[in-house]
Amino acid sequence: MPSAIRRRSPEELLQQIQAEEDYERRGRLKVFLGYASGVGKSFRMLDEGRRRSERGQNVVVGAIQPKTTPEIEAVLSKLEVIPLRDVGGVLVMDTQAILKRHPGVCLVDGLAYDNPPGSAHASRWEDVNELLDAGISVITSINIQYIDDLRERVQQITGKTVTQTVPRSFLNSADEIVVVDAPPEMCIARDGQMGAGSSSPEQKLSELREIALLLAADVVDKQLEAYLHRNGIPQTFGAQERILVCITPRANAAPMIASGKRNADRFHGDLTVAYVRQAEISAQDQEALERNLSIARSAQARIEILDGQDPIETLLKFAHEHGVTQIFVGHSTREQWWERFTGTPLDRLIRGANDIDVRVFPH
Amino acid sequence: MPDRPPSGKLKIFLGYAAGVGKTYQMLEEAQEARRQGIDVVIGYFEPHGRKDTIAKTEGMEVIPRRKIDYRGGLFEEMDTDAILRRHPQFCVVDEFPHTNVPGSDRLKRWQDVQALLEAGIDVVTTMNIQHLESLNDQIWNITGIRVRETIPDWVMQQADQVVMVDLTPRALLNRLARGVVYSQEKAQKALENFFQESTLVVLRELALRQTAHEVEIRQVDYDAPGFQPEPGYHDEAEQPSDKRDRILILVTPEPATAMLIRRGKRVADYLHADCFAVAISREIDLHDMPARDREIVEQHLNFARNLHIETRVLQGQDVAKTLVEFAHLNGVTHLFLARPHPNQWPALSRRSLVQQVVHLARDMQVTIAADRSNRQQSQAV
Repeated sequence: MPSAIRRRSPEELLQQIQAEEDYERRGRLKVFLGYASGVGKSFRMLDEGRRRSERGQNVVVGAIQPKTTPEIEAVLSKLEVIPLRDVGGVLVMDTQAILKRHPGVCLVDGLAYDNPPGSAHASRWEDVNELLDAGISVITSINIQYIDDLRERVQQITGKTVTQTVPRSFLNSADEIVVVDAPPEMCIARDGQMGAGSSSPEQKLSELREIALLLAADVVDKQLEAYLHRNGIPQTFGAQERILVCITPRANAAPMIASGKRNADRFHGDLTVAYVRQAEISAQDQEALERNLSIARSAQARIEILDGQDPIETLLKFAHEHGVTQIFVGHSTREQWWERFTGTPLDRLIRGANDIDVRVFPH
Repeated sequence: MPDRPPSGKLKIFLGYAAGVGKTYQMLEEAQEARRQGIDVVIGYFEPHGRKDTIAKTEGMEVIPRRKIDYRGGLFEEMDTDAILRRHPQFCVVDEFPHTNVPGSDRLKRWQDVQALLEAGIDVVTTMNIQHLESLNDQIWNITGIRVRETIPDWVMQQADQVVMVDLTPRALLNRLARGVVYSQEKAQKALENFFQESTLVVLRELALRQTAHEVEIRQVDYDAPGFQPEPGYHDEAEQPSDKRDRILILVTPEPATAMLIRRGKRVADYLHADCFAVAISREIDLHDMPARDREIVEQHLNFARNLHIETRVLQGQDVAKTLVEFAHLNGVTHLFLARPHPNQWPALSRRSLVQQVVHLARDMQVTIAADRSNRQQSQAV
């Protein structure tokens, strides 16, 4: 297993140079992520702008939400503000004016705002994208309820519907993401908006808080991957549990996959089900395999069909390359006589796994 | 939690490195409590020469530290007795994982905090993720550093609230470069180990995930059953997935056992499973073992108990058989074994312990825990 820098192919090198160049040209995006209004996202964002400005960076405020607190007003008074533009009664960030002013850093509150019809971009996050393309760094803030793939889950908790969203991929492209974490009682005191539904406000806020923390962890994981990629370091470790369930046509896959799913959920980890292709399997086995794969699909596992001469070696190679932390395998307790002398496949798997947990399901 | 819950409330500000702002945020909370008329004192505070942080202590009552003479040196520790006598409503205690100098009443600061909580005093404190016991091997693997001062996971679980103090690694590195966190010389040293950007990113992700986990286990419906395969596929499965998991760890003199115990406990905590550990010997009370081995097994059992794992010593001639019989009798669903030592792979025609256990434990899962100390040197197959 490679430990640091491995020799790369010319294609990989080109890819890396391209990635580095793209990265250098663009402005940096930093996102303050909150799980409810009242946790203090906007303040944290503006306060960072103030501190940067005091350290000599060229900072402007591109957009701020209409409702402000005295705390926010105090910070705002120390910063240059590019006024919002009035478009038919709707206040819109003046992207052209910001581009003309061309600051080093632009602060943009309310990333999920929609622009009125007829604007250059439908949403504020696309304006931000344009600023980044122009080499302007942006610090922004967003509440998790406006992230497209979380919208439904958050709606189920809060009972509130939102229409404006920011794509998850845009968030994943952020250079830095910061969770503004606060205990739920603070938001209840400031807000008191959690009306609908049966569970208590504490319970709802706690669920939202968990979503925000895990989202940040996932984005951080993506960033780590990108960082390692940019620097040509293959991923050898991570903070996330990754479970690999190895199946065969005859494996009793249901309990293994159910357990894999449960473990992945509890660890908020990643679940992959892998099958090493066997040459010429019977129609009956093919059918059994399909059945097992469909269980994997219903558990929403990622499915990998691997090719290789030696199934054990193939699985271990995949596991090591993908930072797997737990391998789940079935094991027949009917031993073949020769395995007494050669060691069973299970022995070989355990020996080769070394830095990965091996969980055996006897049958 | 089997223990009587302490009556004071504990809040932990969790970070992933020095300089992310844990102490600052803790003091901000203390100031807010003071504004609300709560009786607040500082039990222990480590200024590290940071101006902004020191400013946050303004106007707060500080309980003087206790001086302890140890081997000719004078050490300062939190004066827990003095705080108990003063008995405030709310006490600030920095650096939760700290180990007290010998001669103190308690070994660890977290034990001092327990005493305050038991007396009904609310406590706010700070710690970094690398000090959580069950992550010790992973942290070693990631940073190359074996962290000695650890907090058992159950102590964190007992806290009323865990709050993540987040700062991006880049911002942290900038602060370090500007000398906000450490003096220049110390900063240089820090940059060489914990403070490499990729290391910080991983530590931060661990802290985020741990905080999410701490938030989750405090929710009411945590024990709801998970995914069930569609009906019809379930015919051979003996084990319904909503059955409560019970994990059993086999303790031996092998050095890898400490790693095994941490990992087994961590998995048990995430699955909300019961967790036991047993050692097995041919004679009562391990008397057949060489003295050195017996001592190591005792240490491992003691370590398990410190992590709130119930332990037992079993008597039996055959390790695999004794283990599996005990597991069956106690409704165990999942066994944890250490990896065999490289030179202990069985000679030809002799089955390994793993083989024997797997053969007997037909209705259980058997995990052979990884050796997380040498992630970089996997053996060829």
